Amino acid sequence: MAASDPQFEAECIRRILAGEKQLFHVLIRPCERAIYFLLLSLLGSEAEAEDAAQETVLKVYLNLHNFRGDAQFRTWVLSIARNEGLGRLRKQATRREDSLDAQIDEQSGDYTPAILTSWREVPSETLERKELRALLRKAIEGLPAIYRNVVLLRDIEEMDVRETAASLDITEGAVKVRLHRARALLQRDLAPQLKGFAPRRKGCLGGAHEN
Amino acid sequence: MRIDCKHVWEHISAYIDGDVDAALRAEIDRHLETCEICSAVLDSTRNVVVLVAGNRVFELPAGFSERLHARLERELERMGSGF
Repeated sequence: MAASDPQFEAECIRRILAGEKQLFHVLIRPCERAIYFLLLSLLGSEAEAEDAAQETVLKVYLNLHNFRGDAQFRTWVLSIARNEGLGRLRKQATRREDSLDAQIDEQSGDYTPAILTSWREVPSETLERKELRALLRKAIEGLPAIYRNVVLLRDIEEMDVRETAASLDITEGAVKVRLHRARALLQRDLAPQLKGFAPRRKGCLGGAHEN
Repeated sequence: MRIDCKHVWEHISAYIDGDVDAALRAEIDRHLETCEICSAVLDSTRNVVVLVAGNRVFELPAGFSERLHARLERELERMGSGF
């Protein structure tokens, strides 16, 4: 897609700064989802995330002349989104205990997986899509914020480790550790619930499995 | 050295992402051949990752983009062309 091409972006930015401000709509469009999901993962509320996303986009426009091109444009945009989200979190810190400031010790906690031996199939055919989505959503929303962020960016927005690290201002190692913890927590939470929806198929235990 | 289940669990996420070196991957594969529990944990974790990625669990709210660009348009008008 042309819009994620650094040369296209650089050209767009040059023209916007030279006065073609309508081009900003085109420039920012490919970043919208990532901005929203990052803010949703920080703020937890759709309405608040949408409002913060709008503010972010305006700040990106107002600061466009500061973009140096030494980072990817989207990464730079997401760092602005992150600051917007963190600023709002600080304001409402008393209302939320799930603040980012309450950093969880990454070495602690019980990440023993759910041991189950009969859920081998992806059960999407047997589970109503809507119901499945609600289950997944609830599980992700239930994660501590520092894990939720990483899942949203890595596994849902499918950003790579480097961009996720840059957007969240953490190391690539921390991205990997958090993603691992998050997936372990999700597996433990979801596997037993989804097990009930697994196809009733005999003999999947011990059978050769693909991949 | 034969790795134990706990060791396998520690690397499951990296294993799914193809982010373990060849030696460790071989160790894990060898363990998985004989360990039903770890095989099931791996499968269910991989399933969770696939489900999370593939089901559009979180969607943009309806009208999100329209509202965003409408607001942007108003602000661009208001701000004029100066930076």
